[in-house]
Amino acid sequence: MAIGTERRGQSGTEDLGRPLVARTGMPSVSETIAQPALGKVSGGQGPAQSAGRGWLKARLGQFAPVLQNPKAVFGVVILAIFVTLALLAPVIAPYDPTDRVGSRFVEPGSEFWFGTTGSGNDVFSQTIWGARPSLLVGMLVGLATTLVAITVGLSSAYFRGKLDDVLQLLTNVFLIVPGIPLLVVLSGFIGSAGDGWFTDTFSIGSIPFFVLILSITGWAWGARVMRAQALSLREKDFIAASEISGERSIRIIFREILPNMASIVAGNFIGATVYALGAQATLEYLALGNPGKVTWGTNLYWAGNDNALIQEAWWTVVPSGLGIALVAFSLVLINSAVDEVSNPRLRATRDIRRGLKTLKGVSTTGRATPVVRENAPARTPTAAPAGD
Amino acid sequence: MNYILRRLGFYFVAAWASITLNFLLPRLMPGDPADAVLASAQGRLDPSTIAAMREAYGLSDDPLLVQYWSYLQGLARLDFGISTAFFPSPVMDVVQTGLTWTLLLGGVATIIAFVLGTLIGVFSAWRRGGIVDSAVPPLALFIGSFPYFWLATVVVFYVGFRWEILPEAYAYGLGLSPAFSWQFISSVMTHLILPALTVVLVSLGGWILGMRNTMVSTLSEDYVSLAEAKGLSQRRVMLRYAARNALLPNMTSFGMSLGFVLSGSLITESVFNYPGLGNQLVQSVSLRDFPLMQTLFLFITISVLAANLLVDLLYLRLDPRVRT
Repeated sequence: MAIGTERRGQSGTEDLGRPLVARTGMPSVSETIAQPALGKVSGGQGPAQSAGRGWLKARLGQFAPVLQNPKAVFGVVILAIFVTLALLAPVIAPYDPTDRVGSRFVEPGSEFWFGTTGSGNDVFSQTIWGARPSLLVGMLVGLATTLVAITVGLSSAYFRGKLDDVLQLLTNVFLIVPGIPLLVVLSGFIGSAGDGWFTDTFSIGSIPFFVLILSITGWAWGARVMRAQALSLREKDFIAASEISGERSIRIIFREILPNMASIVAGNFIGATVYALGAQATLEYLALGNPGKVTWGTNLYWAGNDNALIQEAWWTVVPSGLGIALVAFSLVLINSAVDEVSNPRLRATRDIRRGLKTLKGVSTTGRATPVVRENAPARTPTAAPAGD
Repeated sequence: MNYILRRLGFYFVAAWASITLNFLLPRLMPGDPADAVLASAQGRLDPSTIAAMREAYGLSDDPLLVQYWSYLQGLARLDFGISTAFFPSPVMDVVQTGLTWTLLLGGVATIIAFVLGTLIGVFSAWRRGGIVDSAVPPLALFIGSFPYFWLATVVVFYVGFRWEILPEAYAYGLGLSPAFSWQFISSVMTHLILPALTVVLVSLGGWILGMRNTMVSTLSEDYVSLAEAKGLSQRRVMLRYAARNALLPNMTSFGMSLGFVLSGSLITESVFNYPGLGNQLVQSVSLRDFPLMQTLFLFITISVLAANLLVDLLYLRLDPRVRT
């Protein structure tokens, strides 16, 4: 039955995980380092209204329950704080982040809120200015990978046939080729490229450089998840109806199929942003970025380079690391709230539990199937051994 | 059978793609990577090596296909050229030592994280709303939000430097040389604990959540209710009925994550100065040792492919549906 969720059996078995996964909506395997886009299934959404003025409102309204979820509210608040700090960096930051404003490793105090680095820079200013490139790269990569994933995943699912085979192969190859080593090799080659427009635009450690290499390595997971979801949507009657009524393929893909995958698209954007945030910092920490720029990653690179921890200067290591962690954490919270809202099964668990608590004499924990009994003791008696 | 052939075909194509990528990348780049290599070799190379290297980087005037053919021939002979950073060792020798250490560290860390994470996941789905279920996922997500290298640095500092409990760098004690002796093996093990621990710490959450979510879905299946109604012991329902069936998606992730550990080991090894492939790759990039860099990339990729192939074969054993 699980296999049957995908109609094209021949290529369906090629990726064993997907059919099962698509059905249970599970694969949140965040990896050692970073992995783009947690998969998810948009469960209970009906076909979109494809026309009319209420269209946009309906689309946005879909996300309204997300904002009632405490996790999501918490995530949105943290994220908003960081975005505001980054935007207002020129106003808030007390010093120029690259200026030598104090002596080495001054402890946090009234003059320097977060202390100073090994070269006497103000850590607070560096943290705030560092948020800018880090957040910008994250969001741009999120946007770029999501666009590529939508294009590849949806056209693969919609047009099927040869195009699907080729695109699917490409996706799977990119999925399996290890991302971080590829990143390192790409940055090695780009770093040694000769002069010309390419080097000028994608100079090592610049924002276009990171967006380019992180998008190359980050799009495949989303494409795979979206293809799986689009394949099942494609079989729905409303798609057949629009085909018969003569709509163009492009319109069907973007106006009929895509809106029904809004939660997957959102999840993919968030996943890719988290991935980019971590991967950028990692590359910079490994000295594969541009140490001359102020970002969260280079802040940590310099802390390591100046042996800050051995000098007990924890204040140079904590703010940037915590910045990355809090932004990533807030995004993951939002993601899991979107997940809960769009996957009724995850939500049902919580609702059922809450509902059952109001009944008397019910044991809900430690049982696969909650059983409601009237006038029973609070504990469900252990099942009698019945000739097992 | 058909399934195995299709998978083999896919891995073949993937291997070919990464080999070809390796060939094309230096040639696609504007400018001349060979110059960077020659500069870093600083005149230590004899003219014939330089000529071979120029050819390897596409500076020969032969058509691309001819170059491609000789590149493939070199690969078939396992001839990857001479490392410029570890001159004059052949690249192959450098890579071999690295591969052993990476497989050891990556293998140990992944297996521990998988087993532990899956067990906790089963338990937390079973006791939905219990202490483990409500505390572990947010905690794991939060820990997972920190950049891995950051956590590792903090661990190195406290456990290695401050408290001096465990060695914080290298694969074995400085005075030792590889031998099949208790002293050497125990030194390797104590040096393994810290890096492996950090990898387990950050990857555990993924396993727990993955297993928990599938397990929650499996628990609402009718056959689980039936098993309970029959009065089977709770343990049996949990492990034999629910967990066993919920395990399959996690198995697939296992294959992928073996790959991620191999590639993620790059950071672990850099932070802990562990002499594996990843550490060498980072060094080779900063030293502009392109022959070494390309070979390492190829080796890491091929290891990932091999790990996935193994899991596919295992899957065939576990899931009868794919055998048809």
